[in-house]
Amino acid sequence: MGKPKVAFYWCAGCGGCEEAVVDLAENILDVVEAVDIVFWPVALDFKKEDVENMEEGEIDVSFINGAVRLSEQEEMAKLLRAKSKLVIAFGSCSHLGGIPGLGNLWNKDTIFQRAYHEVPSLEKDNGVHPETKIKVKEGTLELPEFYHTVRTLNQVIETDYYLPGCPPTPKLLLNAVQAILKGELPPKGSVLAPDKALCDECGRNETKPEKLLLQDIKRPHEIHIDPEKCLLAQGVICMGPATRSGCEALCVNGNMPCTGCFGPTSRVLDQGAKALSAIASIIDYNEEEDIEQIMDKIVDPVGLFYRYSLPASMLKRRNLANTTKSS
Amino acid sequence: MYEPKIVAIFCNWCTYTAADLAGTARMEYAPNARIIRVMCSGRIDPQFVLNAFQKGADGVLLGGCHPGDCHYQEGNYKALRRYHLLQRLLEQMGIEKERLRIEWISASEGDKVKKVIDEMTEEIRRLGPLEIAETPAEQKPAVAAS
Repeated sequence: MGKPKVAFYWCAGCGGCEEAVVDLAENILDVVEAVDIVFWPVALDFKKEDVENMEEGEIDVSFINGAVRLSEQEEMAKLLRAKSKLVIAFGSCSHLGGIPGLGNLWNKDTIFQRAYHEVPSLEKDNGVHPETKIKVKEGTLELPEFYHTVRTLNQVIETDYYLPGCPPTPKLLLNAVQAILKGELPPKGSVLAPDKALCDECGRNETKPEKLLLQDIKRPHEIHIDPEKCLLAQGVICMGPATRSGCEALCVNGNMPCTGCFGPTSRVLDQGAKALSAIASIIDYNEEEDIEQIMDKIVDPVGLFYRYSLPASMLKRRNLANTTKSS
Repeated sequence: MYEPKIVAIFCNWCTYTAADLAGTARMEYAPNARIIRVMCSGRIDPQFVLNAFQKGADGVLLGGCHPGDCHYQEGNYKALRRYHLLQRLLEQMGIEKERLRIEWISASEGDKVKKVIDEMTEEIRRLGPLEIAETPAEQKPAVAAS
């Protein structure tokens, strides 16, 4: 048997996940030594037809990052699925929808209206609007369809494993690659990270008071954050209690609150609802007026609680029937 | 005529007992609410509410003891805070605020159960069904993924 064949693909995402592969640094040499990369558009010159010409199941593992926003991404995900033994959703966007998933608060029409007509531009509104087909002198040009709704990878194809994070850390990636090479993978459908909340591995956990109560909510730019003390105890909303561990508290160590990129643990169905529940329950007021006043400080609840997981949430998107009513 | 589906989640000690009282007193009220009993309104996880909407409920009614009367001291205050934050979230998600309601109903207030359920049923009948299209038809996969 030859070396395992591996593919990488980039859907709706920022490219940070591609960067995460490079972040393996010198360890990437071991990976390259051990596997045969057969498709990686961002780094190597392979074409779609190279994949089309492969046998079914010829690729051992495909790592797909990014959410599914365009018809092209759906097509490529399905193609790679057909040709791969294992498909791993790589990173928050692929796993849960990620930042592009917040586009589900709008639809195609409202997004196009904003992006092509309303935003300030050097070129005044010239009416240019992406179309899936346009005739030019040389023939017909095509663009992929832009969907109303962003989907996670597992809403489009069967997905075997998930590597969480924005982006996944080199350590998790290396662990996953080693597990694949040794054939020691957990049951299908697993998220390849610990199944405990981030607080469990957070260095500030010891400073959390016995009874955590919020008298006020502060956004990170409003205070000098004490680098030792639990962020929630300082009034800064931290998603740690509702987020899976495995990043080793990278953001908290950088003195910023967790924003939830690793998604929920396996026992939680909806990360945002669980985080909302946790935060609401520690608010130290009982009168409706006071409760409303402190909640006014949470200016964007969806953006805060579902920053990376809106398409994977129970509601998945803003109610389409009401999408045009308000922004 | 359109009949709204309402999921009502009531606490064991006050609101559920009140609904029981409304029943034994043979009060007539709208049959649109499906009542689920929990031990305390503080047990109502926001996931329950979202799950109800996702599974086809047109409205969700939460019922607990009056402030200060919680059997577990402060469960209803937790429910109240979650309700307020959830309302803000639902607004962003395009779900009308009338679809989620919280009421304090003590064990003796069977008539209030009747009044609240009747009122909410009419209100939601006016709003019409909550049609959450998860994925618009145009992008539904034509064939299931292999």
